[in-house]
Amino acid sequence: MSSLAVNIENLGFHYPGNSGITYDGLNLKIAEGERFGLFGPNGAGKTTLMNLMTGLLVADTGKIELLGHSIGTKSKAVNKLFGFVPQDFSFYQELSPVENLEFFGAWYGLNSKQIAQRTKELLEILGLSHVSDKPVQNFSGGMKRRINLAIGVIHNPKILFLDEPTVGVDVQTRHAIINYLKELNDNGTTLIYTSHQLSEAEGLCERIALIDNGRIVREGNLDKLLEEYDHQNLEDLFLNLTGKDFRN
Amino acid sequence: MFKLWASIVKDVRVLLRDKVGISLMFIMPVILVIVVTTIQNSTFQLMNKNKLTVVVCNKDAGKLSTQLIATINKIGMFKVAQVDKKLNAQQIADGMHANDAMLAVTIPSDFSAKIEAKANSSSNKALKSFGLQADSAKEVKLTGATPLILYYNPSIPESIRFSVNGALASALQIVESRETLRTLYFAINEKEMPQQLENEMLNGKAEINQVPVSKNGSLKAPNATQHNVPAWTIFAMFFIIMSLSGSVVREKVSGSFIRLKTLPTNYAVGLLSKQITYLGVTMFQALVIFSLGLWFFPYINLPALNLPADIFGLFIVTLACGYCAVSYAICIGVFANTQEQANGFGAVSIVILAAIGGLMVPSFVMPGALKTISQLSPLHWCIQAYYGLFLEGAGLKDVMISIIPLVAITIAFQAVTYLGLKRKNLI
Repeated sequence: MSSLAVNIENLGFHYPGNSGITYDGLNLKIAEGERFGLFGPNGAGKTTLMNLMTGLLVADTGKIELLGHSIGTKSKAVNKLFGFVPQDFSFYQELSPVENLEFFGAWYGLNSKQIAQRTKELLEILGLSHVSDKPVQNFSGGMKRRINLAIGVIHNPKILFLDEPTVGVDVQTRHAIINYLKELNDNGTTLIYTSHQLSEAEGLCERIALIDNGRIVREGNLDKLLEEYDHQNLEDLFLNLTGKDFRN
Repeated sequence: MFKLWASIVKDVRVLLRDKVGISLMFIMPVILVIVVTTIQNSTFQLMNKNKLTVVVCNKDAGKLSTQLIATINKIGMFKVAQVDKKLNAQQIADGMHANDAMLAVTIPSDFSAKIEAKANSSSNKALKSFGLQADSAKEVKLTGATPLILYYNPSIPESIRFSVNGALASALQIVESRETLRTLYFAINEKEMPQQLENEMLNGKAEINQVPVSKNGSLKAPNATQHNVPAWTIFAMFFIIMSLSGSVVREKVSGSFIRLKTLPTNYAVGLLSKQITYLGVTMFQALVIFSLGLWFFPYINLPALNLPADIFGLFIVTLACGYCAVSYAICIGVFANTQEQANGFGAVSIVILAAIGGLMVPSFVMPGALKTISQLSPLHWCIQAYYGLFLEGAGLKDVMISIIPLVAITIAFQAVTYLGLKRKNLI
């Protein structure tokens, strides 16, 4: 295995009052350059794990390292290494795409020249050049998803966390986003991705982990897992490993 | 530094697109300062330049009631409208409505007789004490005078009612004194008192000159503008809480904050940016409202604002007030969980702090305990500092006594904000 993008060892975490998901001794390793999928039913703990990996939540025990740097330390240096595309629209709706990218670019530590260059590139790639100076609040859901993504990658991160990046978008936007993510990965960015769009995930992820009730049910190469369990697609494998009961 | 600059640019852009927030921060206080100053100025003019119409129902046929009406007229505060003497209380009330009067006075039918009797009695007593009349002289037994009745519209402020009462009492005193003097003169000289002597004795009273006490020796009398412009400027500054605390909460509860927390920049930079941006807003608010007082008020027949001599002092006081307002708004924004909480608590708390701080009623008229509590309001120290500059002709050095507590309160707000940010793991 090449060097690790993410190394989680013996992770322990619980929400105050033990409400919600609890992790107890979770281990996970994701290699640099991988396209890794994190799947599970509602309430399985995907977002919690992603929040722990991005430092939004702090682990009770164990360690989480990104490219060898502990996320638990207060150092903001490690935050430069990754980009995060949350499920919610995480930008200022009153501002235009350019204005949002200018602000978030500066906070990622880029200078004005780098920001201008990356803004131009990203808006072109994601098909937003024609609305670059319009307030985002009037945009469609698909356009907002693309801006959400653009902000997360403006600083060319080595690791990109994506929490359901294509939820609620049309086929064209999904296609554009997935293609761009593959392009990023080809250029060396490790993708760590969660989604309920399992068919989409099949096309993107090389390796996956299925999570349920705060533990990893199964982890490995997607093709090998499908072969091992004799399933044609990820959805069947998912139902087989996590059951068909409703989840909260 | 670039991060801070980018944050300030972002905050200014977001602010400029918040039309409601801008209206609350600029248009609302401008309307408030114009309306309140106009109202207070009209009250001042009502008492000093315009005349209050007073309906007089004179039931007395004697000459003294006529003198009383003439004296009331002479005070200069009233325009007398006389009505039929046969009117009852209800008809007098109707007469008030008909004459658009807030006040009415009924002079009782025995008014002249009672004053004459009292004048005779006083005169006899005086003669006796001078040794000019035998002790055996018959003393007239006096019965109590029938009071004048003052009817008033309940909407008339208590302060005006007391002023009117005082003016009427003064008129009554003049009539009584004149009658006593005339009676005494007649008793001694057995002839009428010469008009010239009467005028000299009654009208030659000492005048009262009102002199404002100022630190720089200026004799300019303060007016409604001098009081209201600083007061409502402070109110406007603190009212930025509606926009600023809302902005902090919006950022916290919106998705953007999730991303901000994952960025390699401390959120304290974002808060510093908001402080700088909104401090600029408060300074601009002061500039707009002071300019209004200086140049716009004279156009709408309001007294112009007289700027203090110490302009640097004015700048420092405005800066201190603005920064305190910003610190308070951010503190509320950090602790509030929803925008409704921030706006509701923010607006109500500012009105309370303004009231106890002496913006609406001067703190020197407050009862003892409230006077002490008022010192906890940052708005109290703001208004004290501004009054020092605008009304007392003080300089920066003189108003430091108000700036120091204001700075202490600001530091307290900042400290509480820091603890709140730490507790909520926001920095």
